[in-house]
Amino acid sequence: MAPSSLLKLTKHMKKEFILVIIIGTLTGILIIFQALTIARIVDGSFLKGLGLADLKPLFLGLLFIILFRAGLFWLGEVLAHRGATLVKENLRKELLKHLFALGPIYGRSQDTGHLVNTLIEGVEALEVYFSRYLPNLALAAIIPIGILLVAFPQDLLTSLIFLLTAPLIPLFMILIGNLADARANQQWYILGRMSSHFLDVLDGLATLKLLKQSASQAQIMSRLSQEWQTTTMSVLRIAFLSAFFLEFFITISTAIVAVALGLRLIYGKIAFETAFFLLLLAPEYYTPLRTLGVNYHAGITGIKAATDIFELLNTPIPPQQEGKKIVTPQILAKGIAFTNVSFAYNNETTAIKDVSFNIKPGEKLAIVGFSGAGKSTILRLLMGFVTPQQGNIFIGDTPLTDLYMDNWREQIVLVPQNPYLFYGSVKENIAFSRPKATLKEVKQAARLAEIHSIIETLPQGYDTIIGQGARTLSSGQKQRLALARAFLVDSPLVLLDEATTSLDPENEQLIKLALQRLLTNKTAILVAHRLATLEMADKIIVMEKGQIVELGTHKKLLEAKGSYYQLRQAYGGITI
Amino acid sequence: MKTTFRLAKLRVPYWKLIVLGVLLAFLTISSNMGLLIASAFLLSWSALKPSVMDLMKLIATVRFFGLSRAVFRYGERYTTHQAALAILGNIRNWVYLALASLSPGQLQNYHSGQLLSRLVTDVEKLQEIYLRVLLPPLIALLVFIATFVFLLQFHWSLAIFFACLYFLAALGIPLLVKRLTKSKTDLTRSRELLNTYLTDSIKGLTEITAFRRASDTIEIAAGQDNSLTRWQNQLASRNALTGTLTQLISHLAMYTTLLLAVYLVSKGELKGIWIAPLALGVLASFEAVQNLAHIIPNLEDSISAGKRVLELVDTPPAVIRPHLEETWLPLPNYNLAVNNLSFTYPDSNQPALEGINLYLHHGNKIGIVGASGSGKSTLAHLLLGFWRYEEGSIMIGGRELNSFPEEILWSTLGIVSRQTYLFNATIKENILLAKPDATEEELLKAVAKAQLIPHLEKLPKGLDTKIGEDGWKLSGGQRQLVALARIFLSNPPILILDEATEGLDPITEQEVLIAVKELMEHRSAIFVTHRLLGLEEMDEIIVLAQGKIAEKGRHQDLINKPSLYRKMYQATN
Repeated sequence: MAPSSLLKLTKHMKKEFILVIIIGTLTGILIIFQALTIARIVDGSFLKGLGLADLKPLFLGLLFIILFRAGLFWLGEVLAHRGATLVKENLRKELLKHLFALGPIYGRSQDTGHLVNTLIEGVEALEVYFSRYLPNLALAAIIPIGILLVAFPQDLLTSLIFLLTAPLIPLFMILIGNLADARANQQWYILGRMSSHFLDVLDGLATLKLLKQSASQAQIMSRLSQEWQTTTMSVLRIAFLSAFFLEFFITISTAIVAVALGLRLIYGKIAFETAFFLLLLAPEYYTPLRTLGVNYHAGITGIKAATDIFELLNTPIPPQQEGKKIVTPQILAKGIAFTNVSFAYNNETTAIKDVSFNIKPGEKLAIVGFSGAGKSTILRLLMGFVTPQQGNIFIGDTPLTDLYMDNWREQIVLVPQNPYLFYGSVKENIAFSRPKATLKEVKQAARLAEIHSIIETLPQGYDTIIGQGARTLSSGQKQRLALARAFLVDSPLVLLDEATTSLDPENEQLIKLALQRLLTNKTAILVAHRLATLEMADKIIVMEKGQIVELGTHKKLLEAKGSYYQLRQAYGGITI
Repeated sequence: MKTTFRLAKLRVPYWKLIVLGVLLAFLTISSNMGLLIASAFLLSWSALKPSVMDLMKLIATVRFFGLSRAVFRYGERYTTHQAALAILGNIRNWVYLALASLSPGQLQNYHSGQLLSRLVTDVEKLQEIYLRVLLPPLIALLVFIATFVFLLQFHWSLAIFFACLYFLAALGIPLLVKRLTKSKTDLTRSRELLNTYLTDSIKGLTEITAFRRASDTIEIAAGQDNSLTRWQNQLASRNALTGTLTQLISHLAMYTTLLLAVYLVSKGELKGIWIAPLALGVLASFEAVQNLAHIIPNLEDSISAGKRVLELVDTPPAVIRPHLEETWLPLPNYNLAVNNLSFTYPDSNQPALEGINLYLHHGNKIGIVGASGSGKSTLAHLLLGFWRYEEGSIMIGGRELNSFPEEILWSTLGIVSRQTYLFNATIKENILLAKPDATEEELLKAVAKAQLIPHLEKLPKGLDTKIGEDGWKLSGGQRQLVALARIFLSNPPILILDEATEGLDPITEQEVLIAVKELMEHRSAIFVTHRLLGLEEMDEIIVLAQGKIAEKGRHQDLINKPSLYRKMYQATN
């Protein structure tokens, strides 16, 4: 369950956590002394008729306690927060490490928005749990127990009232909390739905206008708004109920304590000083419990966020078969071969089945087929993102699984279907494939990829910031940037996953030119959609439902009028 | 100040709830004060050994306060939230109505700038100002007055000292917080950087693995996290200060009261029985100050949110169209004539279109081609009335387009653009927007003509499938088919296709084009594209370059001479 896993995370803040508990204990002691001093002062002045001069030591002591308490309060807050940030920092690092170990295939299978949210907002939600809820929990245990220990020898009845009412507060909080929780889920859903509906309508307002529906939407909006208001209120009422009970137990207990003490005072069964001391302790006794109640929701939010976090952390890393062999030119000189390779994602949906082919060094192999035919899977297998369940991939005579993966990936340059732009300068983005590259090398790569002249027109040239939240590039420019990344690493093997969207003539032409350059003297596997790319291939594999159905050159395959011919027909007169 | 005033006006209808909320909050705090004062008085009095009968009223008072706080608290929560929600609804409607009066051209600009999503956050923030900015000072003031008057009954010095410390806490702490929150921008900045970096790390996972950058990425992320942590720690130490000061000042106020009371008792100016009640009462009154600490940053936040909202709301509509009067006569025909049309965008000094002339006889098809930035979309948008044109004219059926009421304009012209907006609703609801009163038969006919049926069969609930935010569950091709179905349903005599198949893969493009062809039949069509495909059947092709008409003619004529069109055509094919 999440809470116990969450508690384990305190290992990152051990020192802070212990200090927070020590501070809590000290505060508890000070609270008792403060009440004692005040009771004595009042008793001294009211009943014993002492003046300021007589009470001076007590007043000085009280001032000292008040100042000391304030100092401890500050320190406790700062330490609790510091501990929480340590937990967050470590957790993010762990999460990121785990995510990288899970690899791109896992990343693809997940909703990236959800993952980003877990890593950012999810971890951030733990802040309140560790900086407020957990220290509160500790204080709610220490201070009331300390007060009880002091109160028992003074007065049994008051202590019994304290003892009996205290558990009622967390009990009711939990009972109502659970009830409210179920409703709260619904409430957040409704709250979320309302603002997203509002956003949806605003976003589509131009469309609504063109469809002449903007006026009728105004009525729908105000009706929805009304409905939302009533539903939200009905749900909130339960949450308010917990506030009601919290206040109720605390104030009624204080009232009972006061009345019980007062009555016994009349009959002289208790001294005024003791009675007033106990009355002063009453609010202090309940305050940590009330704060706990107030922060209860923060705790719940933290636990909820933790569920997502631990789900990610507990996702097992698929067994990666990896050897220690280093790739040598001799190994590469013998080419690459797939022998009867089959692979299914999650061991369920077969992606490729019984695929065999080989590529000689310097050869260019194109793979074509409709989407879902298994083309990209072949690239992923070669990248070592996934391992085949059956069959073998040989690099020379060496099975891919015997190679040291980082070293093998150094031999490959991958041009993905949708190249990703990182937030940073154009230079950093190109040099992502080789961070140590000089600006001169980056520019050279950009020239080869036919993107240099565009970069020069950007406001800050190679220093222009691109990526999320900054300038974006058109899809043709992105593809050329990915090619520039490829030019920067001079790897013998090129894997290209061509974008399927159609481009304007200019981009089409430039990409063709750059690709021709990139493939010179390289071994290449091209998942191809464009005629221009297909024409660069020495041979073409046609795939259907995970299997190879045809193999040959462009010309021969067209003449055969088989699957390849049909595929080209399906693509229409557009790229042929 | 003006902003605050205009925003405050939106709350006027709810003043009763607001006043009630303030009163109930005041009573909640007062109940606690009452409980402590009465309890302390009860003990003090009891120490003087009166008869139990004398105490009965006091005991009842203690019990009353023991119960009342919870009841008032509940009422306060209920009322204030009720008011807040009502105000939010009111603001939303007001913003919506203001935005709905803008022209589609203006709205499109807002959409691309993500201004709208910020607007939603801002609108929600405006509601918060009521709970977090407006109420706390009023409550604090009421509590102050009550406590001050109460203390004045005993001795003026008690009241004066209380007032000094109360104002120190109520004004000093918020001002201190305001001074300390200046570094918030750095915090926001480093949080944004970390967020961007983490998002990149997840979305760029393929590149990171392929280029073996995992370990550097983790290191850099840790570094970013670290700098964020430093800012957060600084801010936390400062925030801890406000909590500490609130506690310290309230304890000092209690201390001062105790000191003064003891002094006054020794001078015989105060009865000893009141020492304890006064000290506890003063301490309890400081509860009202606690919610004031962050009031200034909150106010500043909501004022800037308010300014942004008002800025948007105050934008004058770019096109003001007449209402549809009964005197509006039906159009005699749908022939479209553009004469000498020039247009410059409001924020630019370069004309986007210059001296455009074209004539589209009803039922004919016209192709508009040109590189991006040549003015194709501007022309399409002007025809749709996105903006008001000042030079030249656009006539449909012999009447000036600027004078068309909205209803007439958008029943006459329909558009399918590259960016179809789909609402988070079912496919059926999305299509029916084009004609809410369509019969089931009409709907199914439109769906069939748009070639949607094979796609619907694959979906679990067919037409009733919910398509998610901005229709993310549909593929690019499916989105366009839904847009086409809308047009089949609304059936406008003139259709504009603005790069309707842009960004689709070739196979999907073919599929969409089949439906498009069907759609173009029996109506005028304006086909805007930068890729020269399927233009052979156009009655006329207009080639735009830098906002002007460069060439005009049929496909065969243009292709057979050394034209710009021929050059573009060869590059595509």
